Amino acid sequence: MSFEITVDGRRVTVTPGQSVGAALHAAGITSWRTTRHGGRPRGLFCGIGVCFDCLVTVNGRDSQRACLVEAMPGDEVTTS
Amino acid sequence: MTPETDYDVVVIGGGPAGVAGALSAAQTGARVALVDAGSRLGGQYFRHQAGGQPSGQGADRFVRQCRAMESRADVLLGHKVWAVEQDDDGSFTVHCVEGRDERPVAITGRALLIATGAHDRPLPFPGWDLPGVFTAGGAQALLKGNGVLAGRRVVVSGTGPFLLPVAAGLAGAGASVAGVYEANGLFGLARHPLLAAGKTGEAVGYGAALARRRVPYRTRHAVVAAHGTTAVTHVTVARLDPAWKILSTRTVECDAVAAGYGFVPQIELAVQLGCATGHSPDGSAVVAVDAAQRTTVARVYAAGEPTGVGGAALSELEGRVAGLTIAHDLAFPGGSTDHAPGVLLRRAERLRAFADALQQAYPVKPGWQDWLADDTLICRCEEVPMARVREALALGATDARSVKLLARPGMGWCQGRICGYAVSCLSGEPTTPAPRRPIAQPITLGCLERIEDEQPR
Amino acid sequence: MSDVIVIGAGVVGAACAYYAAAAGMDVTVLDRGPVAGGTTGAGEGNVLVSDKEPGPELDLALLSNRLWRELAGDGGFEFEPKGGLVVAETEEIQRQLVALAGKQGVEHAVVPGGALRDYEPHLAADLAGGVFYPQDAQVQPMLAAAQLIRHGAESFGRGTLRLRTGVSVTGFLREGDRVTGVRTDHGDIIGGAVVNAAGTWGGEIAAMAGVELPVLPRRGFILVTEPLAEPLIRHKVYTAAYVTNVASDSADLETSAVVEGTPAGSVLIGASRERVGFDRTTSIPVLRRLAAQATALFPVLRDKRVIRSYCGFRPYCPDHLPVIGEDPRVPGLLHACGHEGAGIGLAPATGHLLAQVLAGDRTDLDLAPFSPGRFA
Repeated sequence: MSFEITVDGRRVTVTPGQSVGAALHAAGITSWRTTRHGGRPRGLFCGIGVCFDCLVTVNGRDSQRACLVEAMPGDEVTTS
Repeated sequence: MTPETDYDVVVIGGGPAGVAGALSAAQTGARVALVDAGSRLGGQYFRHQAGGQPSGQGADRFVRQCRAMESRADVLLGHKVWAVEQDDDGSFTVHCVEGRDERPVAITGRALLIATGAHDRPLPFPGWDLPGVFTAGGAQALLKGNGVLAGRRVVVSGTGPFLLPVAAGLAGAGASVAGVYEANGLFGLARHPLLAAGKTGEAVGYGAALARRRVPYRTRHAVVAAHGTTAVTHVTVARLDPAWKILSTRTVECDAVAAGYGFVPQIELAVQLGCATGHSPDGSAVVAVDAAQRTTVARVYAAGEPTGVGGAALSELEGRVAGLTIAHDLAFPGGSTDHAPGVLLRRAERLRAFADALQQAYPVKPGWQDWLADDTLICRCEEVPMARVREALALGATDARSVKLLARPGMGWCQGRICGYAVSCLSGEPTTPAPRRPIAQPITLGCLERIEDEQPR
Repeated sequence: MSDVIVIGAGVVGAACAYYAAAAGMDVTVLDRGPVAGGTTGAGEGNVLVSDKEPGPELDLALLSNRLWRELAGDGGFEFEPKGGLVVAETEEIQRQLVALAGKQGVEHAVVPGGALRDYEPHLAADLAGGVFYPQDAQVQPMLAAAQLIRHGAESFGRGTLRLRTGVSVTGFLREGDRVTGVRTDHGDIIGGAVVNAAGTWGGEIAAMAGVELPVLPRRGFILVTEPLAEPLIRHKVYTAAYVTNVASDSADLETSAVVEGTPAGSVLIGASRERVGFDRTTSIPVLRRLAAQATALFPVLRDKRVIRSYCGFRPYCPDHLPVIGEDPRVPGLLHACGHEGAGIGLAPATGHLLAQVLAGDRTDLDLAPFSPGRFA
């Protein structure tokens, strides 16, 4: 049923249908980006694609909203 | 002359309003497409996990409507609408970005139903940008859509009846809910005859569920600061006076916060088309519609939260009315000659009155502005602290737009969706202005330059 | 009672107020909206000498360039002296650019095609060359306007410069032919002279005084990208077509690529010009053209996202020159408007020269080419 993706090389287990952001949060990764000016950590906030806090790179494509992108087997997620 | 379009009706939004609208229009013989950014139908209220079913009041009915609609209409999921355009012949082009590779897709229709729902209306407070702090709807979406808890020990704060199902959902899924803090008193709710007679039953149900789990529910209380270094570890909870000024504080440990102060209708697509807007009792900008859900622009209709936040049941009714009106206006034989049956209109009217009363019973009081410190971020995207907002006002900004031009709140990724309400309040505006977002979703320049080759459906 | 009433708290009005206050006058600035809420708020902040044909406007631009550098010393707003790079798609266009640069007599460097990437590493490979203008700069125009008013109010004595926002001018007070103040929705305000710095709406103000001033809106759209982690674009970069479009009289849509980074990390992409009145409806075909032209210049931008677009209305005069000076038809009324797309850049010189007129001094530049009398 479940499958794996990697987050900066680390394996994270995903339940099918989960968003990348949900999978990260469930794995105890609560932030995966820092802000441009203050270097503040950011993860999920609005959860529905509105706030853009949870931006992440998926398979090399940057600035993806982790809360909207449904995780697929083998996805390579990189954080900044 | 009938323009050549892919569809008679394009419905934007796959929640209760959009699904009901698409179904009732399709049942009259209209060619209907429903587009939604998500990967499943449901919107916010009926959000559910892959392979699961929506739950909550009206879920069975919604599932039946989805099934019936899917057999009669094209459902285009994973389509993010970034612009809608009215062409010279009066037809509409809905410009979308689709899929992981962000492909441009255009869908054309003779009529447009805007059923784009709403998102949370947060208020800033010190530490609200720490990981672990969620909007109330965000914590709920994480749970309902993904089966993931926002935290092990969660504090729920804000105002309005929505806090109760959020807290009950978290508690039911195994989180320890350290407290539910409602900034308003409950007197408004009990005093209002409409509310006393109406939905309080549902609220009492959630209340009982929380009481069973010994979750404290405190009125005239709110989370006024969150603390931690890389994530929230504890919050300051304040006892508030009726204007929400802080009377006393204490510390509550937690690893997540779910905070919400109402909702913001998503109306930028209607604004793009030039639809007139008004304001709901909570100060939100809403699309102005007549009783048959017509906006002021011919062949553009709106249903559900964009016309004023009122919940799933009202959204569904408005969607049905809109679908029938569209069928009538496009002269489909099955379309109701009176636009919509009186019984639907009367029920919608009752629910609307209830929704308005609810908004009045849970106002946002100005005392929250005293919770802010000079370095509290107002705009999370552009990292604009309160001090810079004050400076913009001192320099001659008189409204949210000029504060944005001088200090940049709302200029960033979210385009003011999150901070817009707060900035508007801080600028002294009595109501939130209608959002102008000609580009409603980010679109790559490579995609934008190729829109002439958009894949026709 | 003020010595001078300035109508319009955009960047031109702010500069007029600043220099008039500096010259010792009491100034009241009125705006129907907030500070910098009109065309200033929709500007990119261009301070350009590169795009001007030799003549009075270039002289004005050079004076203004010098003044902007002085004003930036007071701080409070971003001023980036980053230089402008005009690029040519073909050898023929490159020859024209080099010839223009020679006539302008402005500091510049001719850049052969092979050296373009020394200036801009991400430029497309097939360009013929360009000309670099080190004096071109960019300001954050809204903050600049607001800070000019604040500096003016704080530097030249208390009460010398007052800003009143949310005040709409409804007419003029007169004694005989002479203007002696304005009527507003907040009461009459008496003044020794009135400066019309209402930008694109300057024609409406002039009409209230009974004179015609042919200032028309020329709409422009701008695309704004996501904030980039690393700045990709160092200078203001535009194609030679921009110079031609600026000088064109056509009402039809004209677009040319103008691309620049900002301190906030976003890239701004222009420029379009069309005369369609005050219509704010977004034109998706225009946005598409702007995107295509920008990515042709900088292919690296194809993967970057647009998160916003906005439009503004440049105050266009048929001869492309601003209106600066006293109106010979209405004593006491001065104009400082009609700068089209160059208002940010030309604001300090406009304010400086107008203050000289108000003080009865000899002006640093001959104002005859800008005279309101040319429309009489």
